Formats: sequence, C-alpha cells, structure tokens
Amino acid sequence: MTDSAARPDDGRTDHGPPVVEAVDITKRYGSTLALDSAGIMIRPGETHALVGRNGAGKSTLVGILTGLQEPDGGRVAFDGHPAPPLADRDAWRRRVACVYQKSTVIPTLSVAENLFLNRHARGRDRLIRWRTVRREAERLLREWSVDADVDQPAGTLTVEERQFVEIARALSFGARFIILDEPTAQLDAGGIGRLFARIRDLQQQGVTFLFISHHLQEIYEICDTVTVFRDARHIRTAAVADVTPAELVAAMTGEEAGAGPSTDRPAPAGDAPELLTVDGLVTAAGAEASFRVRAGEVVGLAGGGGSGKVDVAETIVGLRRPWAGAVRLAGRVLRPGSVRDALDAGIGLVPQDRHRQGLVPMLSVAENITMTVPGKLRRRGFVAPARRDAFAGRSIADLGIKTTGPGQPVSGLSGGNQQKVVMGRALASDPKLLVLITPTAGVDVRSKQNLLAVVDRVSAAGTGVLIVSDELDDLRGCDRVLVMFAGRVVREMSRGWRDADLVAAMEGVQAEHV
Amino acid sequence: MSDTLVSTGAPAPTDRPTARRRMPALARLRDLVLVPAIVVIAVVGQLVNPVFLQSDNLINILQSMSAIAILVLAETLVLVTGKMDLSLESTFGLAPGVAAWLVVDPAITHGLGVDLLAGAWGVPVTLLVGALVGAFNGLLIVRYGLNGFIVTLGMLIVLRGLLTGISGGSTFFGLPPSMSYLGSASWVGVPVSIWLCLVAFAVAVVVLGFTAGGRALYAIGGNVDAARAAGIRTDRILFLTLVTASVLAALAGLIQAGRLASIPSGQGDGAIFQVFAAAVIGGVSLNGGKGSMVGAFTGVLLLFMIVNVLTLAGVPAQWTNFLNGAVILVALVLSRITGGKAQE
Repeated sequence: MTDSAARPDDGRTDHGPPVVEAVDITKRYGSTLALDSAGIMIRPGETHALVGRNGAGKSTLVGILTGLQEPDGGRVAFDGHPAPPLADRDAWRRRVACVYQKSTVIPTLSVAENLFLNRHARGRDRLIRWRTVRREAERLLREWSVDADVDQPAGTLTVEERQFVEIARALSFGARFIILDEPTAQLDAGGIGRLFARIRDLQQQGVTFLFISHHLQEIYEICDTVTVFRDARHIRTAAVADVTPAELVAAMTGEEAGAGPSTDRPAPAGDAPELLTVDGLVTAAGAEASFRVRAGEVVGLAGGGGSGKVDVAETIVGLRRPWAGAVRLAGRVLRPGSVRDALDAGIGLVPQDRHRQGLVPMLSVAENITMTVPGKLRRRGFVAPARRDAFAGRSIADLGIKTTGPGQPVSGLSGGNQQKVVMGRALASDPKLLVLITPTAGVDVRSKQNLLAVVDRVSAAGTGVLIVSDELDDLRGCDRVLVMFAGRVVREMSRGWRDADLVAAMEGVQAEHV
Repeated sequence: MSDTLVSTGAPAPTDRPTARRRMPALARLRDLVLVPAIVVIAVVGQLVNPVFLQSDNLINILQSMSAIAILVLAETLVLVTGKMDLSLESTFGLAPGVAAWLVVDPAITHGLGVDLLAGAWGVPVTLLVGALVGAFNGLLIVRYGLNGFIVTLGMLIVLRGLLTGISGGSTFFGLPPSMSYLGSASWVGVPVSIWLCLVAFAVAVVVLGFTAGGRALYAIGGNVDAARAAGIRTDRILFLTLVTASVLAALAGLIQAGRLASIPSGQGDGAIFQVFAAAVIGGVSLNGGKGSMVGAFTGVLLLFMIVNVLTLAGVPAQWTNFLNGAVILVALVLSRITGGKAQE
C-alpha cells in the first residue's frame, strides 16, 4: 500500500468518487514555481494529512482547492465533477471550506452575524430580522454542539471557540469537506484534545477533512492517510499506519533525518555558577515560581495554556511587572518590569508571538537582528550600515537563515527563517541567559532542528537557557523540566522523563508520587 | 495567543473555555454613553442662562449643527469601512460653489459667476459635483489602490483651491431660491434643515443596522478579507460609500449656503477636524468596523451644545477656537473614561 508514485494513486475507489481530486496542478508566481504538476486525492470520510516544510506548496494547494487561486495548469474535481468557475463563490462554499490559522471572522461583529454574514434572514421589506438571525445562529451552533454565546463579539472568542464557529459556518453552507490549516498551532493540549474529539465526531457524520500540521504525532493520532509535498511537488501518499515517522521526515526533507534533536549533550558541570535566581516571584496574574538556572544549564518551563508559564517568563524578562519577588541574574537584581534592564543584564529573549513582539516585518533581516544592539554598530554616534551587515552576515551563517541577503525584508522569509531571525536578535547581545518562549511554534521540522541545535551550542559555551514551551520536542534536550499547572510549579523532572509523565503533569494529573 | 493565567480550581481537562459567558445586553447601550454628558451640559446650560432650554434656543442649536451633522454622517459611513475621507470639507464648499458659479448672474454680483444655467439647475449640479468628487476619490482609492488618507488630503487642497480659483477668493451671493430653500425655509415652525438632518440620520440608522449593504460596511471595516470571502463585493461597496459620502457633503454644503444666503470661498475650511472629533467622541473607531449613527449624532450634539453654552455664558468670540479645541479634547477624555477602552 505504499505507493510512492509522483502522482496520487488511482484505483482503490472504495466508496464512490473522491471528495476532491486535483491532478497535475501547476502554479507559478513570477519566477517561482509554487506547484509543479502536483496533485492530491481525498476519499469520502477520511481525514487526510498534508505535510511538508514551509514553502513546499501546501498553502498554494489550499488556495487552489478553495477556489481562491486559479491554477496555471491541471484540473480540480469535486465528487467527480469539474470545479465551478472561480467567480461562483457560493458554489465553492457548498463544496469546500478552510479554517485558516489566521482568523476569518470579523472581530467587531457578533458571532451570530458572522455565521450569517451577507445572508442574513430578511423580511419581505428586505430589512434584516435580527431575532431570526440570532435564533438560526443558536440552532446552528447547537446542531454541531458548539458552545458559544451568539451575541458576543466574535473578537472575544478564544482561538478554539473561533475554530469551532468557523467549522459550523462552513458546514452550514453545505460543505462536507473541510480543510484545517494548522489548527493546533495556537491551541494548548486540552484544546487540541477537544478539537480532535470534534473532528472524530464530524467524521462519523460524513465530513471529510484535510489536515495540515507540522506536528507529526498529531497526524498519527487523527489521520488515516498522509500526503507529503516537497519543493512544490507531490512526493508520496500513503496510509498513516504504513509509514514510520522517520520515513515521513525523510520524505519531507528529502534526506534521512536523525531521530529528533540530540539528547546526548553533556550535563553542565556540577560546580557551574548560579546564573538566574528567581525568588518568590508572584506575577501580576498570580502565578508563583522560584527556581534557579546555572550557567550552561538548559531548563524547561512546561505547562498547558493558562498554566502561567508564559506569564512567569515574561515577568522574568521585564515584559510584565511582578506582584512580588525578585529576579537576579549573575548576582545583579533586575529592575522589575524593565525590559531594558533585563537586556543590559544579559538576557536574550525569543518572545512568544514573533509577528507581534519579535519582528518588524518591513525592515531588513540585518536591521531586525541588530535591533537590540545599536551600541555594537555605532561609529561616531551613527549606525554604520557596513558594520551592521557584517554583523548580520555572521548570524545568517551561524543560524543557517535562508535569505537573499542581509538587506531582504523579513516579511519575505518563511516562518522558520523568520524565527531564526528572532533567535539571531536574541543572540546578538551575547546573552548570559537565553529565554525562549514557544520557540518552535509554527516552524517546520528542519528549522525546528536548527533552532534546537543552537540551544545545544550556546549552552555548551556556558550560556544558561530557559525554554518555555509545551512542545515535547522543545523540552527533550533540557537538563531539567519544571512543570507548571494552575499558576504553580507542580513537578520537576530531570532528563530522561517519559512523554506520558510530562503530559500528565502538564494536564494536572497526579502521576504516582516519587 | 493569549496565555494568561486562568485560575482553574480543579484539574479538569474537559472543562470548556467558558471565558465570558453572557455579555450583558448593555453592549447596545454603548450607543448612548454620551446621553449622561448631554444631560449634564443641558443642566449646566440652564443654570448659566435660563434661555438655554427654550425651544428657540434648542432649534438654534439643531439648526446650526445640521450641516455639520450631515457631514459627520457622511464621514461615519466612510470610517466604518475603515477608510477616511478628509476631502469632505472641501466638497462641502466646492459643490454648491460650482453650482453658484454656473447660475449666478455676473451683472448683479460684480462679475462673479458665468450665468450659464438657469437657477433651477443649482441643486442638481451641486449633487452632481459631489458625486463626481466621490467617484474620483473612489477611482484613486479603490480602483488604483492609493492610500485613502493621502488621496483625500490631496483632494482637500485641490478642491479648496478650485473653489478659490472660480470665485476669485470672494463670496458668491445672489443665489437662486432653489439653492437657498433647504437652508432657509421652515416646515411647521421647524427649519427644513433640521428635518433633513433628522431624517438623514433615521435613514442611516436603518440602513446601517438592518440592510445587507449597511452590514457589509461593518464587515469590510472589521476584516476585509473575511468580508470578501463571505461574498461581499467589497470594492464596489467601498466605491459607492465614497460617492454617497461626497453627495451627502454636497447636500450639507447646500444647507449651509442656504442658511447664510452666500458661499464664501472658505466654506467648510477646517470643518473636518470637528467632524472627526464628533465621530470619535460618538464612539466611531478610526480603524473601521465599529461605530453607530446614534453615537455619531450624540457626538455632534454634545459639541454644539457646549459651544452654545459658552456663547450664552458670554465668552468672547476670540476665544471660540481655543475653547472649541479644548472641548474636543475634554470630550475625548470623557468618552475614553465612560467608554472604558482605548480609542484607536
């Protein structure tokens, strides 16, 4: 069953024609080939995974399957019939819907209005009947068991609620094929569990899914079939049960990859000096933490969404003002709530949301990397561009950032490379302590390995590292992992923990006491 | 993306994220946040001068604000879609100015005007000029994707210059009766301009609240991609909005012209600041997607009531500008406090 042909397999039509079939799709943007005779075939009722590194052509395929972009060549068919013309949005919406990572609701309008946008219930006088709209919205959400108040502005929905509302909206158009574009990227473990439960429910009601994710374990959990794209081409389609994670990674990267980041980094010397001291810290939101990080040590701070881990980290680096407690770095007490002081003391930060806090998208790679260290570039009071570009050039080489040069705007880079730029910025000041908050969110497998390799390298040079994440892969290389739950550090695990134990601790389940 | 701490009592992974259950129906009352302020000003006005609450004075307030109020209505339409139209204040002067230029007889007015058309053409020409200005704005902003702020800033200057050019910098007078009717006549003892203003707002409330087109304005201002994905013809609606706003500005200019029985070349000069202030005080977001006609109306009303109270209190006219600006700032601060959210 492992057909590794260059095109989607034929035959094996078990139950009727495929929900969607795209054959020989070619699409170019200017000089770049986004899809090169690629295709996919999705059968009714299955949950089909689409994987590939950033730039493999996944988003382009989604654009073509949802009728937002016209392929330059090839054909798309739904249920065996050719796709409707691009201008007929209603026809497309009856066949397929996509829940994007980016919100497609209108934040200022109510949930009810979002569900029935541009098709409100109207009376004979053509005026909108709000009561009917609200009632229909409530019925729709109840029908698909989505629990949300239809009167609240859609902007106040959580990511998870928003996705459910968007799925319900798609179903209400009659679409029974739904594309989920990295739906788990912004969810915590509990939210992912609920999303998967919902997917399974809907699957039983005859809904077909195309599931796009960077997380291979999610594919093994929820999907039946997986298709791999690489460099704008279809590489392989296979039943999930028939392919190992290593084979998947190999198909995605085009080479045999090691089994994740190395975990054989030597532990820091026992007499390494204490670097970061967090004493009785209480954040403004009420999370508490006390811990230490020694020079060269890599410490993980794990926990689900709402556990307070990000809160604690952002308080340490001065993004938030603490309620009580003190943070010391190499003996120096950091001024509470001052990022400037934290940077001066020697903290390098990769913030949680690179788009909002990490990058200035219009500025060049070089300007972004050197943003925190103008002092190193100054000549007679002015920033020297040559010096800046040389500095950035070293970062680009060190981190393997794929860019046309230090002058390229960051907005033109892929997600993984943008995150490398953020990492470069954090490292630019030669920090004593590196604080990484969800450093590999929305980053492809290869870039993830690169980023985690940087952690190994800088810790070997004596830098302390604090990794704040709920990604097991991020935490695997840590010397110790502190697990937070409901605002408290509930467990400390040393290297070699079992996945199940860590997940259980993050979920607040009391594992057997040691 | 928010990862703030939630203090869950028990470890309950099945717990639904029931963050903000049941937003109070008070949200609808947000339209009326300025009402307390209006009441306060009314009370203060009455204390300052007992004339304040007499019907003559109230009609005076409403009449003096009617032209600007329609301008605010027009700007609110544009702001809700997330765009801006600065040129409305120049259209306000230019549209009736061009009409006057075409119909006024130079023999009576010391050489001003060309007397090309009969007086009856005054109103249609005014509205047509408004529509053309709006269409040109729309062409540049929607069709060619130029930045709306800069385009309309340029238009503001160009149109103002055009009016100065055709009028030679002086004032048109001797307007035909059709052009001065709206600004000077009365129905049942109340000036037509007040009726017009109230009807315009009533229609706008219904259009924005209860028609697909009106809701589309909010959708476009809230998230243009989502609106497009929902099948809303965003470009077309933006274009129509800009045209409508300019036509309304022309109408407002006509009211102003009728009230003063003349059109100075500086008609509307500087009005746009007052218009924006009234809209923002009334809760219209400069980022689009938010705001209501009721709010916008209370915004203008509040500003003009304050000015009226100051006049009744005998504040010298030389201080009017200073106080106008100060009132706008104070009103912004007040609405920030009562609205509770940062104005964007």
